[in-house]
Amino acid sequence: MSGVFSPTRAKIKERTLRTDKWWIQPAITFGVLLSFVIYATFRAFEGANYYKDHLISPFYSPCLSEACLPEATILGWTPVSAEIFNFALSPALIILIFPLGFRMTCYYYRKSYYRSFWMSPPACAVAEPHKKYTGETRFPLIIQNSHRYFFYAGLVLNVILTYDAVISFKNPEGEWGHMSVGSLVLLVSSTLLWFYSASCHSCRHTIGGRLKNFSKHPVRYKLWSWVSVLNHSHQQFAWYSLAGVAFADIYVRQVATGAWTNFYFF
Amino acid sequence: MARKINLRIWRGDATDGGLQDVQVEANEGEVVLDVIHRVQATQMGDLAVRWNCKAGKCGSCSMEINGKPRLACMTQVATYGDETITVTPLRAFPVIKDLVTDVSFNYKKAMEIPAFEPPKELVPGEARMQQVDVERSQEFRKCIECFLCQDVCHVVRDHEENKKSFAGPRFFIRIAELDMHPLDTLKNRKRTAQEEHGLGMCNITKCCTEVCPEHIKITDNAIIPMKERVADIKYDPVRWLGSKIRKREGIV
Repeated sequence: MSGVFSPTRAKIKERTLRTDKWWIQPAITFGVLLSFVIYATFRAFEGANYYKDHLISPFYSPCLSEACLPEATILGWTPVSAEIFNFALSPALIILIFPLGFRMTCYYYRKSYYRSFWMSPPACAVAEPHKKYTGETRFPLIIQNSHRYFFYAGLVLNVILTYDAVISFKNPEGEWGHMSVGSLVLLVSSTLLWFYSASCHSCRHTIGGRLKNFSKHPVRYKLWSWVSVLNHSHQQFAWYSLAGVAFADIYVRQVATGAWTNFYFF
Repeated sequence: MARKINLRIWRGDATDGGLQDVQVEANEGEVVLDVIHRVQATQMGDLAVRWNCKAGKCGSCSMEINGKPRLACMTQVATYGDETITVTPLRAFPVIKDLVTDVSFNYKKAMEIPAFEPPKELVPGEARMQQVDVERSQEFRKCIECFLCQDVCHVVRDHEENKKSFAGPRFFIRIAELDMHPLDTLKNRKRTAQEEHGLGMCNITKCCTEVCPEHIKITDNAIIPMKERVADIKYDPVRWLGSKIRKREGIV
């Protein structure tokens, strides 16, 4: 017997004596994250319906495969073959590792999925079901220490997705100065991604957290102070940006399939 | 206005014990420690409970109230309405008697943390620091050593065997406090945090932050920054290379 049932501890047979509904939060997190994973997997393998009239889905941008629609690429640059080992590669699969890795190694999401998927622990002061625990000291979880590299990659993606949002201010004929619901959706989605990245713990560390003497680096201290303010809301930005990306993809897909019409304000 | 409330108190020692039901009077504005004292005065004269300041500053009356680690002196009875209030000792530490546990694990861990090491040439009284350089560490000085964070941390709460290799959140804030201190010169503080004090065991589920009565942002301001500092020296090849080419601040 280990943990709260160890021989020297108070003899209490319940795993927890909490009387509140502690299971609701992990259950909701589990449901929402699982839904997103299922939808994202479907979309990543679909390989179609990701572009329409200067709107490109964030799941497929940058579109680097030879299989990409020419107008969905960045200046026609397609360095990746359409097939790998005779397997038709969806353009989304080439870039998915970066946003996926960024969120999987994110300090907030780690809390979320360790609690809701792995139940380690399911909630505070609720005994976990595992007999052994080594935390993030061994493979594969030691990879979590690479979060900063996914953060850097995420910044590159943010630039590209912002570029996509700017491009969406064209009408179907390619003329600038037009704005549609799609432009708004991509703009909000990319903005939320910037907030998510800027509030990241690795960003906070890189920008100034690693310093010992703030007084010697007043600019970095100022930047660190601003990022620290955003960092308080990292959890919120994590969810909002996830919802923003998912909705942007749904919107582009619906427009691409013809189910929805992209309304132009001007 | 006084009313009767139902209280369940764990009574026993390391060999055996269980929850006992009592009814006790509670007055408006009273905290759980008040009603425990009333039970002790009127019904259970030998009830063991540790307490001292009754102001949320000494950290003595840590216990679990309806399953959550809390300070009994800072927990209003009214919070629970008509619900039965269940009071148990801290479940991560060996019980001594009733609500009193043996928290010596924490003192042993405290002794293992290398002390502050100022520059050798610094004469006592001559240390000069700017406020911006010490304000991060000051947050961690609010700790009252109630050990609620240590109690709730599943790394040791649910795995007794991890106690030998894991210092716990209270001592991670101590390590962070020293590592962020502008005058601390000890080398390898980051490396020992990871390799000897078990920083890598923490999976940042933030329960320590949730229970801290001083509202110290243990995870966001101490543990995660320390994990990032450890990544600088152990898991980031670019930073490592940079430190070899040019000595940079923070890489010690």
